Amino acid sequence: MSEDVPNEVPLLAARALSFARGDEVIFGPLDFTLASRETLVMEGGNGAGKTTLIRVLAGLLAPGSGSIEWRGEPLSTLDPDPGRIALLGHQLALKSDLTARENLKFRIALQGMRAGITIAAAIKSVGLAGYDDAAVRTLSAGQRKRTALAALLLSPALVWLLDEPYANLDRDGQVLVDRMLEAHASRGGATVLTSHGLVQPALSRHRTHVLGVGG
Amino acid sequence: MTPGAPATAFVALLRRDLLVFWRHRSDALNPLVFALIVVTMFPLALGPEANELAPIAGGVTWVTVVLASLLSLDALFRSDAEDGSLDLLVASGQPLALLAAARLLAHWLGTGLPLVLAGPLLAALLGLPRDAVVTLGFALALGTPLLSLLGGTCAALTVGLRRSGILLSLLVLPLTLPVLIFGSGAVEAAVSGAAVQAPLLFLAAGLVLALPLAPLACAAAIRLNVS
Repeated sequence: MSEDVPNEVPLLAARALSFARGDEVIFGPLDFTLASRETLVMEGGNGAGKTTLIRVLAGLLAPGSGSIEWRGEPLSTLDPDPGRIALLGHQLALKSDLTARENLKFRIALQGMRAGITIAAAIKSVGLAGYDDAAVRTLSAGQRKRTALAALLLSPALVWLLDEPYANLDRDGQVLVDRMLEAHASRGGATVLTSHGLVQPALSRHRTHVLGVGG
Repeated sequence: MTPGAPATAFVALLRRDLLVFWRHRSDALNPLVFALIVVTMFPLALGPEANELAPIAGGVTWVTVVLASLLSLDALFRSDAEDGSLDLLVASGQPLALLAAARLLAHWLGTGLPLVLAGPLLAALLGLPRDAVVTLGFALALGTPLLSLLGGTCAALTVGLRRSGILLSLLVLPLTLPVLIFGSGAVEAAVSGAAVQAPLLFLAAGLVLALPLAPLACAAAIRLNVS
């Protein structure tokens, strides 16, 4: 995680990446690179293809054309590796019958854990201290989002793919996301996040790419 | 165990599923209660004479077990698909077939194993002779995992569809027929004093074939359905 990745080789790169359902182009062709310590904001209105883009980058959808490269090599030719990408989608992938702590324990077993962090520390830093043993079904939408953010904090992945990370969060929560993004970047990580443009990330450095038809 | 290793992920998913199952145990016992109700209805409908019930006891128990194990199939991957867990599993970079195997094992432990334990008792209630009850136990122990594997694969195929209930039943029923035929064939052989090895070996062969293949097919179906 703390290894210094030279900026010349981007962690993630999209080459003429596009996706279409039938004749309808959802996004693209899209070119971008994401180097270590970078945050890339994909901005677009409803239906601009933000979620689809995140799903393609996460490997859930096969790109219609173009390719995704991981450190200069096509992602499709590499062996899967839990330490590469962490995904935070609209659906938070939390089991509502389990407690926050049980959900996080499962995430760690599935994805591995970043060095120097504990479940208790992650729960505390997302502001859920005291809710560790509450079933997720009893938490509010914002608290569930915070639980998913704690899972992100625990993940060893270098690249975070966040689909609308600010949705459902109060102002404190939005500040929390910004702080997490800054800390992730300072550790050498990188992030692609989507936003509909209403909430702007308040980061010291990030790039914005506007998604629209043809771009 | 190292966090993030495939074996750890397998155990963790199995644990998670069993924990969810335990928190939902009143719903989860549905198949067992269903089997009990169906079996108790037969003596009421056909009359309580043992000499009439005993010849059909094995077949009735098998039909009941097959139908009971179909009850919970639709939910097998659906809740994971709805809360985003399926996306998480696919994107996690873990071997998806291994995770599917954990899911199927949890399903069998939750619904199949109780039926293996209860099935011989139900058949004994209907007056099945003792030797045949033992054979039925073996046949259920081989047949119910096979039902979970075959049914789980079909459930993975239809998880992306809304209202897939009828389609799922249509897909699963033909696949379960061999299990039903060999399973009740073994019991019938035991009742008539014939050799029971052949049908049991057919079930075992099916299980050996499905054990590695069904998780692979499940994984491919899940990949199709998350897109």
